[in-house]
Amino acid sequence: MNATHYLYAAYVMTWAIHGTYLYILARKARRVRRDIEKLK
Amino acid sequence: MKRGFTILALSTAILLSFALYAALVIAPTEQTMGNVQRIFYYHVPSAWVAFQLFLINFVASVIYLIRRNAKADMVALVCAEVGVVFCTVVLITGPIWARPVWGIWWTWDLRLTLTLVLWLIYVSYLVLRRFSMSSQTPLLAAVLAVFGALDVPLVYFSIWFFRTQHPSPVIGGGGSLDPRMGRVLLYNWFAFMALAWLICWTRYRLEVAERAVHEAEAMQSLREGAR
Repeated sequence: MNATHYLYAAYVMTWAIHGTYLYILARKARRVRRDIEKLK
Repeated sequence: MKRGFTILALSTAILLSFALYAALVIAPTEQTMGNVQRIFYYHVPSAWVAFQLFLINFVASVIYLIRRNAKADMVALVCAEVGVVFCTVVLITGPIWARPVWGIWWTWDLRLTLTLVLWLIYVSYLVLRRFSMSSQTPLLAAVLAVFGALDVPLVYFSIWFFRTQHPSPVIGGGGSLDPRMGRVLLYNWFAFMALAWLICWTRYRLEVAERAVHEAEAMQSLREGAR
């Protein structure tokens, strides 16, 4: 693995972490919307 | 509200794209480390954003302890959660940078260890918030956050006062940074701040909605119990 691969790995990991968190938030938002619908 | 969110989301996407371009293309290649040094443009701004969010968490926790304000409690929770995400980025990109430069993924150096401790403190804060059902949870979490925040200056100043493996601060710490690198660092900092602000806004609105749902559900079960 040359040094440039480490650079790409760091950038990809950064976006993977943010992407995973945003996915978790989106799932949570869907669940809350469903709960609101149920309450209505 | 929706329009403001769209504008912020679009500006953040543009800022992040430009910051990425600046980090990979505009910034000059460092002579000793080569291209791997460009990890710096993600590692350092992520650390700064995490520190800022933990600082806001601290202020909001103090406000909660004084006034028992629910909004302050929500701000504290949101900042801790998003701060942990940024701190995770720091703890992942750091070892990826260290491996080709130091020859090791990790060392129990003061700054690295304190950063890991900081992450663990805020993860335990979130675990407390998530699994404790007591009405005292926000109060306990606020106290934990106040003590946890003490670690932030320790992490930041550890490389000023102690000899560590970690490089000296590039700004204000006697380190010399090429002005072009400094500019790219600032672009990335602004871009990640915008991203953090966008996520915090979204997460705050979600928290408000979630608490309203819980309240409505509790009212509904009370009404059903009274019948």
